[in-house]
Amino acid sequence: MSTKGHIFVLLVTLSSLLFILRMVRRRQLRAKYSLLWLTAGLVLVPLAASPQLLDRVSIWLGVTYGPATFFLGAITLLFLVVIHFSWELSRLEERTRLLAEELAVLKADTPEQPGAATEEVVPQH
Amino acid sequence: MRTLLILPAYNEEDALPGVLHELRAVVPEFDVLVVDDGSTDGTAAVARRAGVRVAPLPFNLGVGGALQTGFRYAVGHDYDRVVQFDADGQHDAHQIGTLLAALDGGADMVVGSRFAHEARTYTTGRVRSGAMRILRLSVQFLSGQRFSDTSSGFRAFSRPLVEFFADNYPVEYLGDTVEALLLACYEGHRVVEVPVHMHPRQGGTPSNRNVKLMYHYVRTLVIMVTTASLRRRQLNKAVA
Repeated sequence: MSTKGHIFVLLVTLSSLLFILRMVRRRQLRAKYSLLWLTAGLVLVPLAASPQLLDRVSIWLGVTYGPATFFLGAITLLFLVVIHFSWELSRLEERTRLLAEELAVLKADTPEQPGAATEEVVPQH
Repeated sequence: MRTLLILPAYNEEDALPGVLHELRAVVPEFDVLVVDDGSTDGTAAVARRAGVRVAPLPFNLGVGGALQTGFRYAVGHDYDRVVQFDADGQHDAHQIGTLLAALDGGADMVVGSRFAHEARTYTTGRVRSGAMRILRLSVQFLSGQRFSDTSSGFRAFSRPLVEFFADNYPVEYLGDTVEALLLACYEGHRVVEVPVHMHPRQGGTPSNRNVKLMYHYVRTLVIMVTTASLRRRQLNKAVA
């Protein structure tokens, strides 16, 4: 890789890392979600900084084409992130459903308020 | 002995008044809870006008979620038995007694079957009956029991099952009836089937088109094979 390309990749990786850290600090991203991304960034920075390192890791792994090692790592990390999201999503869905059910049970016991939201869906014939 | 009739209702404002009227005429001694499953029409208003309790869900959860809501209500209000009844008018209120009699006979869960022996007045399309047959065979394999109508929504539950299902009712869309059947078997409850007659639909549209139905049935099979096969070991242990 040329020196220019080198610096470009390094800058992109570093700024992504900083961006994630900034989101965590502003509480826009919860720390637990940032962990995987930060791990990804921390793995990528040294690899981006030194192509020799990438080659050495490839040889050690028995991969003949350096970039393939890079993609392997990237896909593995993305895979983990996606699984994590599906897991979180299932949990959230479950909790939302329980909240909805509890709300319905509570409403069944509440005498109706005039102008309550449920009154707005009177059929129009 | 207090009995609660749970009617999960999704956009059933046309059929619901007739159903509630029939219930009041035939089984006035039972309380009725309509679980409005996020309807966009006047289902809840129609039910309130008929003077029954309404539990309005803020959005559509599907029959499984609506039923679990009903079970939670039943547990919180100390009902001894629960009957699941369709809001679209295809179930016959006169048959509720048949289900409850089976419950009194020692069953924990009673399924009203459209297909068991002589009561064969209910017609289904070819795709649907094919899908149902596959489900039936799978259920027979997994539960070790024969059921002629695994997707029937006309059921009665004893208190222990009401409590169990208040926290564990399967909520996968359209997978709920089959999975609930299996769960009840795996938990060691006595599940029996009784033949019932069905009305033709009074209003509303059938909840599913065939392609969609097939998709959900395939998914139900997947659920059964994954979650249910794990529990099968417990069943074998209980039987042994």
